[in-house]
Amino acid sequence: MENSISHTEHRDDTASKMGMWLFIFTELLLFGGLFIVYAVYRSIYPDDFHIAANQLNTFIGTINTVILLVSSMTVAMSVTALRTGNKSLTLKLLATTIFLAFLFLVNKYFEWGLKIEHHIYPGSELMLTLKRGELLFFGLYYFMTALHALHIIVGMIILLVIYFKIKSGRVTKDDNVLLENGGLYWHLVDLIWIFLFPLLYLIT
Amino acid sequence: MDISAIDNSFLKHGTKYKGILGWLMSTDHKRIGLMYMYAIMIFFVVGGLLGGLMRLELFRPGQDYITAQTYNAVFTVHGVIMIFLVVIPGLAAVFGNILMPIMIGARDVAFPKLNLFSFYIYVLGAILAIASQFLGKGAPDTGWTFYAPYSTDTNTNVVAAVLAAFVLGFSSILTGLNFIVTIHRMRAPGMTWFKMPLFPWSLYATAWIQLLATPIVGITLLMIIAERWFKIGFFDPNLGGDPILFQHLFWIYSHPAVYVMILPAMGVITEIIPTFSQKRIFGYKAIVFSSVAIAAVGYLVWGHHMYTAGMSTTARWFFSLLTFIVAVPSAIKVFNWISTMYKGSINLQPPFYFTMAFVFNFMIGGLTGLVLGSLATDIHVHDTAFVVAHFHYIIFGGMGFAFLAAIHYWFPKIYGRMYNNKLANISCAFIFGGFTLLYFPQFIIGMQGMPRRYFDYLPQYEWAQVFSFFGAIVLAVGVIIMLFNLIKSARKGAIAGPNPWNGKTLEWTIASPPTVENFEEIPVITEGPYEYK
Repeated sequence: MENSISHTEHRDDTASKMGMWLFIFTELLLFGGLFIVYAVYRSIYPDDFHIAANQLNTFIGTINTVILLVSSMTVAMSVTALRTGNKSLTLKLLATTIFLAFLFLVNKYFEWGLKIEHHIYPGSELMLTLKRGELLFFGLYYFMTALHALHIIVGMIILLVIYFKIKSGRVTKDDNVLLENGGLYWHLVDLIWIFLFPLLYLIT
Repeated sequence: MDISAIDNSFLKHGTKYKGILGWLMSTDHKRIGLMYMYAIMIFFVVGGLLGGLMRLELFRPGQDYITAQTYNAVFTVHGVIMIFLVVIPGLAAVFGNILMPIMIGARDVAFPKLNLFSFYIYVLGAILAIASQFLGKGAPDTGWTFYAPYSTDTNTNVVAAVLAAFVLGFSSILTGLNFIVTIHRMRAPGMTWFKMPLFPWSLYATAWIQLLATPIVGITLLMIIAERWFKIGFFDPNLGGDPILFQHLFWIYSHPAVYVMILPAMGVITEIIPTFSQKRIFGYKAIVFSSVAIAAVGYLVWGHHMYTAGMSTTARWFFSLLTFIVAVPSAIKVFNWISTMYKGSINLQPPFYFTMAFVFNFMIGGLTGLVLGSLATDIHVHDTAFVVAHFHYIIFGGMGFAFLAAIHYWFPKIYGRMYNNKLANISCAFIFGGFTLLYFPQFIIGMQGMPRRYFDYLPQYEWAQVFSFFGAIVLAVGVIIMLFNLIKSARKGAIAGPNPWNGKTLEWTIASPPTVENFEEIPVITEGPYEYK
């Protein structure tokens, strides 16, 4: 009796992409909640936010912005490369994207490291002596950039999985929706940074 | 009739694995839906027992059985379990999963693996919710709303409970996403949007709320955790934060969540009434648009939870107006249901009795909602037993009764067997009677000033608490009779046949229980879903 009947394999690329776009909506709303909180406290403590934002390292922030923009470009190029059937170029471009993501995290490590050296990190004694607005700014800074860094790591893992799937031939020229979705996710990660960068580093 | 239908069904055949793994690893939407159903029934019983414990403590004034601190923990756990583990996934994850793909003529949801993944996220959330009771320094005592700054200060194990709510929200998002794509992409040929049955329509509206509202509470709960661990001070006034901001962010999700609970319930009722009236649904499009309108406007009424928390008069006026507006589409649905029954050939079966109980309870719950939605009266009854009675009338009297109606309606489809009609009617009478006896007195003492979440009270409220206690016992007896009837009939009931109620939607055109593939050939749809001749 217990013989098994296999489900009909059902492939619908439009559905997969639609699912990814809906998921991207939810991610934007997730960060949207933080943007609201940022806006509320910026309007309550404009001076404190100004002083605190001045202490962030705009140089590292700018470098990281450039890195992410370039990585977005390479991932987009890898999608096109796969469509034209150039597997080795696709793999090279994906590897570059993953490397750039790693570089972003290294920069982030040094940036956070410098702040922590100055005893500015959530829960530190110095933080609690700061003005309330500055405390909130640094709190938001750490919370938002850490959540974003988590997305970078997830994005890296997704791209890495896709890399090996392309290598082993499970994602191909004709069945490339996984790479397209991975690329979409990576653009989202980039897009969120494009908003975080001016909010935290540039508006002073 | 023979039992070959059952032997050929999804109940006996897995998709890839056999035996218990065939269930745990199944990507079949019907098996996943049933696993949700068993989990939800178990949590419903657990949550119900905790509710019973509170009623026992409230039986007499003063402290009798549990301490005030335990009482706080019990109502928190009762709320967390009932809201996040039972009611929010409830109809969508169980009957949405089992029946929605069949009703739109599909073989499965759009992403079957993601569907199974959502189930395991749900299980993870459930484990966290239960762990929060035993780990750390005592069960959380904040209430299910986790209001800051208390939730960021208390020593109890809030983080695990908050994390559970976050994880369960993620599961809910993925289910919603799956349903939206399924309904967009997998309707049978010829099934245009306005030939789709109304239960899938209500799930579609619900799924958008799940998708658009849940991330906000997700990030808010993460902020609570960050505040507890790292002293970031988002919501603690001592650290510069604003506790009212937490309430806003919390209710931006948690009010729409009420519609996540009630919209699929309305969808179920909309399926049952035409079947047992043997008549086309009255005002198909009005019901569709009212579902969408509820989803849209329901998003913008969260402020009515906060009239007394400190908001500008303009904001309160605005939220009150929107609250009254959202009552309109709900009322439209009730009128449509009644009009559908008018001059129909009513067939008095257990699902129809549960449906009638739903409509009755929902009207009381809805109208008392207007008392709470208007600014002046809300000041009087805010945070009283009146609120408790109101939302139990909506959540239990509404969504809960719709769930029971749905079980009795689709039971022969799911198991291929019929339950004992007489026992089902008796259990319905007990559950409805017990429910009314339990919650109606709370309206009265709420009006008189009995506060909610208090474990002690003045002697003048004792009569109502005694009524409620006995109501709870009657209700429990009803639930036991019902569970006995259903569990026994699932294995030994008479064979039901494919269409015992003479329903017209697609699930009644296939075998009971359905085969793994649902349809041997995908049907081509040429007419609307409720064409009774």
